[in-house]
Amino acid sequence: MDLSAINPVLFVAGFLVAATPLIFAALGELVVERSGVLNLGVEGMMIIGAICGFAAAVETGSPLLGFFAAAVGGAVLSLLFAFLTQITLANQVASGLALTLFGLGFSALLGQRYVGIKPPRLPEVNFGPLHDIPVLGPVLFSHDIILYLGLALVVAVWAGLKFTRAGLVLRAVGESHDAAHALGYKVVRIRTLAIMFGGACAGLGGAYISLIRVPQWTEGMTAGVGWIALALVVFASWKPWRLLLGAYLFGGITQLQLNLQGAGVAIPVEYLAMSPYVITILVLVVLSADKNAAPASLGRTFHASN
Amino acid sequence: MKLSTLLTSAALALGVASGAYADAHEKTKVGFVFVGPVGDGGWTYEHNQGRLAVEKEFGDAVETVFVENVAEGPDSERVMTQMALDGADLIFTTSFGYMDPTINIAAKFPDVKFEHATGYKRADNVSTYSARFYEGRAIQGHIAGKMTKSNIIGYIGSFPIPEVIRGINSAYIHAKKVNPDVEFKIVWAYTWFDPAKEADAAKVLIEQGADVILQHTDSTAPQAAAQEAGNVITFGQASDMAQYAPSPRVSSIIDNWAPYYIARTKAVMDGTWESKDTWDGIGAGMVGIGEISDAVPADVKEEALALKASIADGSYHPFTGPLKKQDGSDFLAEGATADDGTLAGMNFYVEGIKGDIPK
Repeated sequence: MDLSAINPVLFVAGFLVAATPLIFAALGELVVERSGVLNLGVEGMMIIGAICGFAAAVETGSPLLGFFAAAVGGAVLSLLFAFLTQITLANQVASGLALTLFGLGFSALLGQRYVGIKPPRLPEVNFGPLHDIPVLGPVLFSHDIILYLGLALVVAVWAGLKFTRAGLVLRAVGESHDAAHALGYKVVRIRTLAIMFGGACAGLGGAYISLIRVPQWTEGMTAGVGWIALALVVFASWKPWRLLLGAYLFGGITQLQLNLQGAGVAIPVEYLAMSPYVITILVLVVLSADKNAAPASLGRTFHASN
Repeated sequence: MKLSTLLTSAALALGVASGAYADAHEKTKVGFVFVGPVGDGGWTYEHNQGRLAVEKEFGDAVETVFVENVAEGPDSERVMTQMALDGADLIFTTSFGYMDPTINIAAKFPDVKFEHATGYKRADNVSTYSARFYEGRAIQGHIAGKMTKSNIIGYIGSFPIPEVIRGINSAYIHAKKVNPDVEFKIVWAYTWFDPAKEADAAKVLIEQGADVILQHTDSTAPQAAAQEAGNVITFGQASDMAQYAPSPRVSSIIDNWAPYYIARTKAVMDGTWESKDTWDGIGAGMVGIGEISDAVPADVKEEALALKASIADGSYHPFTGPLKKQDGSDFLAEGATADDGTLAGMNFYVEGIKGDIPK
């Protein structure tokens, strides 16, 4: 065992990167679910975002345009879900699963020309002297702009849901769409916007994997992150801060167990491999033991005639 | 006659009729079950190349079908059952974890031939086949041992099964031979295909000082991570991964399944198919060594090619004694070589590798 082989600075910097796709995807889904819609298509929207972002970045040479394209791609795909569930009143669970299957297949088709290409690199944000602070500099001030955008988005979503009128309306729609409708709010329109926001976030998360974390395009490369994001929303009791904590726990322990394996720590590998799931679930379950916070209208179909 | 018997015999009659109809078609249907997507650029990609070769060879005489991203375990039984019900004559199941499902389904469809890759359980209608990847690992180990400057070689393992352990041992033995100070850091990813996780594992190993990354997972993600880090070399796994040449990818192991798939399909067509175990290596062409790039010094490249030639003609076996097991007990005496049974069930590290194999 050689714990000195683990560099704590690189470790922390590494898990901030590893957690970012999860933060984006889960945050988007959190907003969708707070509006009362269950969209199981996160994985599909992520992988579409991954290929849209990758293709746009390669074609234009600009990673930022790539991320923009990823958000648009994810949002456009989510419109399909919005059409199925809000206009035609299809079952949300089935529509979401269909969205994932469609996204995985369609992204493979789009991505055929992009296998084995190296995407343009997104530079680190220049913090000037802050970057030179020992330990803190490399950990906090040596990342790309999208990672900070993810953090800012957590704050924005938390503040938006808690303090703004729009957030209050969104929550009202999620808790009781009939009451919101009776008050004159456009339930379908609000939910469609929430679904698009979720799609854009999932797209950004996917592009973060294909442009920064790996960086390459491979079919099916999200490999289940979307499902982890879905679980995380539930275990975080639909609260942005807990979601952030859960994402960091999951990302951090995933990185830690790889580091411990590399350093040859005498803990059986099976336990290390399952530890991110077990510990994240345990911590969030204990935190959310106080009350059941699921939006009351979650997954229920709304039509103005009811 | 009871209603149920009536129905059964009606169904049987229908089955016979449709069977006759299928025979009239004369098309041999070949199914493939894949563990990853065909675009993974590695393991599944090469199996799919083999499938395409079968189509090219026999043209209209065959029809191939495949299902990708099939989880190992019970769900694969559903996929195999569906293929068999759809009239497949021959089904290739191309991952270790399909072993028991293949045996189970084969028992239910005695007229369908099954071919399971990298496993060890056979039946009258189940053959097994694999390639001697460890021969290629020996060459990788040699190049890795010669080229590492930090003397730390990172190894991304998938699952602790004999095939993977064999590869680790073979690479270690040959790295150690040319560089006594070499150390292996092994990380188990517990997945065959998860680009983000594979990239993370590669990054962690690089951060811990590895300047050579060997992988036994299926995607090209570790190659991308190594390219990003710079000054790290890698080897293509299962497929050439030439898009990352000349560096970080300095060579590769290429699985060439096409000749085998063509031969077995032909055997089904001719009615000569029988259950057997095939395990071919560099000599038979099932394992190819991708071009050794210019990033490797000329003398090392020459040695590697000489090693390849000696393995191919059978004059050298990668597991040749004297070798000890990790616990210090004897494995092979001076000059002895490991037999196939020992290799197939290998569940121990050789002396010098640190850490335990997960159970």
